Amino acid sequence: MSTVILISLSVMVLALCLTFIRLFRGPSLPDRVVALELFSSILVGIIGVVAVAVDVALLLDVAIVVALMGFMTTIGFARFLERGGRRDD
Amino acid sequence: MTEWLVAGLALMGAVFMCLAALGILRLPDLLTRMHASTKAATLGVSLIMLGVAIHFAEEAVVARAFGIILFIMMTAPVAAHIIGRAGYFVGARLWDGTVKDELKPHYDPLSHRLDSGLESEQGDEADERGREE
Repeated sequence: MSTVILISLSVMVLALCLTFIRLFRGPSLPDRVVALELFSSILVGIIGVVAVAVDVALLLDVAIVVALMGFMTTIGFARFLERGGRRDD
Repeated sequence: MTEWLVAGLALMGAVFMCLAALGILRLPDLLTRMHASTKAATLGVSLIMLGVAIHFAEEAVVARAFGIILFIMMTAPVAAHIIGRAGYFVGARLWDGTVKDELKPHYDPLSHRLDSGLESEQGDEADERGREE
């Protein structure tokens, strides 16, 4: 059981690394925002698996907050792009 | 038994998230990247939260886990829509192999106006009146 949890945690860390490459390289700002959104989703997953691993149910509240923050960040960046972002055409 | 179910769900969720990350790294343009990341990550988080609900099996925790699933399922499409819209308006380049861009003939990037393609002359008159006012 704990081995499988460890494996899934490492798979998610690998996913974080891949997303980070896109965040670093992403040619335009929308690409980076999409990568950031995926970042927060993966973080929610990691927090869920850690909650199972250490048997602390309170961590789910943290996951809720992270999901909320990710959504708010995306909306905020989208507004910024439409109103004041640098145009790329 | 329950332990293995939880472990399997966690592993499946992690694999789906890894697929989402792979898609976001390898796919060629903004819209295809979004299409990979939004759905696969939503499914991954849902599976993991299902596993959490099964592991703890208390009312409060199950309610929270399903709350997270509901929240992610409601917000992920909205966020993807808004980012896609903003990306298109900013002028994100589409992939070379894109066959069809149905928005292009209807959207004027300079005036930031969008027509439906069904405007009658009546609509045009109303438009001009609006401009005069």
